Amino acid sequence: MAETKPIPQEGTFAPWTDPQAVPLIRFKNVTKRFGAFTAIDDLTLDIYPQEFFALLGPSGCGKTTMMRMLAGFETPSEGTIEIDGRDMAHVPPNQRAVNMMFQSYALFPHLSVYDNIAFGLKRSDMPKAEIPDRVQEMLRLTRLEQFAKRKPHQISGGQRQRVALARSLAKAPALLLLDEPLGALDKKLREETQFELMDIQEKTGTTFVIVTHDQEEAMTVASRVAVMDAGRIVQVDTPPAIYETPNTVYVADFIGDVNLIEGTATATGEYAYDVSFAAGADPIHVTECEADIADGSHVTFAIRPEKILVTREQPDDRANAVEGTIIDIGYLGNLSTYHVELPGGQMVKATMTNSSRISRRDYSWEDKVWLSFRASAGVVLTE
Amino acid sequence: MKRAALILLPYSWLIALFLVPFLIVIKISLSDIALAIPPYTPNLDLSAGWQGIKDFVSQLDFDNFKFLTTDDLYWKAYLSSLKIASISTFAALCVAYPLAYGMARAPDEWRPTLMMLVILPFWSSFLIRVYSWKAILANEGLLNQLLIAIRVIDEPLQILNTPTAVYIGIVYTYLPFMVLPLYSALEKLDASLLEAAEDLGCTRFQAFWLVTFPLSRNGIIAGCFLVFIPVMGEFVIPALLGGSQTLMIGKVLWEEFFSNRDWPVASAVAVILLLLLVIPIVLFQRNEEKQREAEG
Ligand SMILES: Nc1ncnc2c1ncn2[C@@H]1O[C@H](COP(=O)(O)OP(=O)(O)O)[C@@H](O)[C@H]1O
Ligand SMILES: [Mg+2]
Repeated sequence: MAETKPIPQEGTFAPWTDPQAVPLIRFKNVTKRFGAFTAIDDLTLDIYPQEFFALLGPSGCGKTTMMRMLAGFETPSEGTIEIDGRDMAHVPPNQRAVNMMFQSYALFPHLSVYDNIAFGLKRSDMPKAEIPDRVQEMLRLTRLEQFAKRKPHQISGGQRQRVALARSLAKAPALLLLDEPLGALDKKLREETQFELMDIQEKTGTTFVIVTHDQEEAMTVASRVAVMDAGRIVQVDTPPAIYETPNTVYVADFIGDVNLIEGTATATGEYAYDVSFAAGADPIHVTECEADIADGSHVTFAIRPEKILVTREQPDDRANAVEGTIIDIGYLGNLSTYHVELPGGQMVKATMTNSSRISRRDYSWEDKVWLSFRASAGVVLTE
Repeated sequence: MKRAALILLPYSWLIALFLVPFLIVIKISLSDIALAIPPYTPNLDLSAGWQGIKDFVSQLDFDNFKFLTTDDLYWKAYLSSLKIASISTFAALCVAYPLAYGMARAPDEWRPTLMMLVILPFWSSFLIRVYSWKAILANEGLLNQLLIAIRVIDEPLQILNTPTAVYIGIVYTYLPFMVLPLYSALEKLDASLLEAAEDLGCTRFQAFWLVTFPLSRNGIIAGCFLVFIPVMGEFVIPALLGGSQTLMIGKVLWEEFFSNRDWPVASAVAVILLLLLVIPIVLFQRNEEKQREAEG
């Protein structure tokens, strides 16, 4: 599979494109087994300093296991993990410059907010006199000053989550691990906190590795996203690259909404293919496809619903246009999703923004409409 | 109305099973010894009406309590009980904590079995179990035979009829009362708290001391009271294992009651013992309440 390498630009943060950059974390052929079950399968991955790296995948795919190996609670069955150039195989959790924010927060119920945050500092070689200042700084950063004296059960879920964050940041670790940190928060608070996290990450310059099963969250906060499936990393890329150029059907389907149309590919030029998906229907014309595909091979054409234009008349400026029948309309306020059936029975989703308030929805069920999209709007996937 | 009835039910139990007998004991403690049945006077004669009650009350006095202060035996017995109860409570804690910790850490499928093993001794008679310790601790008993066989000692150790035997007996008997509250406190402990402590720079031992131990505090307190309170009044174990050397207030009480047939003095001893125990009992209740509040 050809990987799309963005060209490094002056001023943008993209150490993974720079062959000179030294990774902070290196997973080298790491395998982790629990008994006969393989939780992590021959995984190789570099994460760079100051990255905000997101692990994304369905429940049970091994995200927490990866974090626990970084924190030192699990040891790889095979392969090595290096942090800052050092093999971590025999380094216990309390001797790693790594802190973890636990999925359950794991706040000490018998200690006040202040003492929870000070807990790690008291165990470090920081002089006693400097600890109060550092705790105050953390309290300020997470806006918890008024709650310093409270016990964890006396504050709200959102505040507890911030205490957990403050506690894990207090020792200024080189690497902060966040295991589904926002899982317990409601949507609005979660969105606020995502921006807060990005802000804190920028201020402190700490490398963050965040686990989430919420793809929007991963896309919002991360510099790069790794999509995982059953102990393997399927694709590692920036959020736009993951979204626009997924390398497999799995990734395309996992991130966002997508139409998957199966067919046979025929080369029509350099980086250009035709995908025929139904007998009698015009093939889909695709350009700017970097994959090298043999003629006649079975492929999947993936296109996002918002890339498809719905019109009453046949447009004449688009590479691909096909007529179909509206079967269903989903109205979401800002968007409407049209489910359109093509002549061969293939269903296609297309989203349109409802940009004007008054105009009645132009289309209704059973209407004949034209779907059109550019030759570069979708990707051809072989896996 | 319904609620009042609901509250009244357990309280009527308390009144019938505790308050009424206690009032009778207080009454006897204020009476005088007599060669009669029952062996004390005065007796309340309700048929004489108001006058009878007046006569009865006028004959009650605090002589028995005053008597307790005249003889060294009593305060020495109270003090000795206090000492034995404190030491054996502490010893039971030291034995029970690792046991409970191990149970709480054991794989899920083992726990019911381990719990059974802790409770199992309750299925046989308490007396028989204490008695069998005599066979273990005696000079020609199992323990001494074993120690001599493996050449740790040449001469049998005198354990039976010493305070050591009493401590062993008490710790053995009351161990489940210590293990169970400790286990329930340790089992609730979230393992991720220990990982968090290690993640923040603690060694395993520090994590135990700074997290596990303080979070099992309520279990420790509950277990200590559950052992300390009944041990204060214990008399079977010192009587069977302690010989004549071991002085305990429960034993004194027994002797006053059955050997001397001095019911009034025995009652006075019991009343003082109860008053001494009221303090730890109240403290215990407080602890339980606080725990409920923290959990609720
Ligand atoms: N200690 C363990 N013993 C056995 N299986 C485990 C253990 N920890 C995790 N697993 C298994 O490994 C897989 C990955 O788990 P995890 O990393 O927690 O997934 P995720 O965080 O992505 O949901 C799961 O199938 C889980 O059941
Ligand atoms: Mg997880």
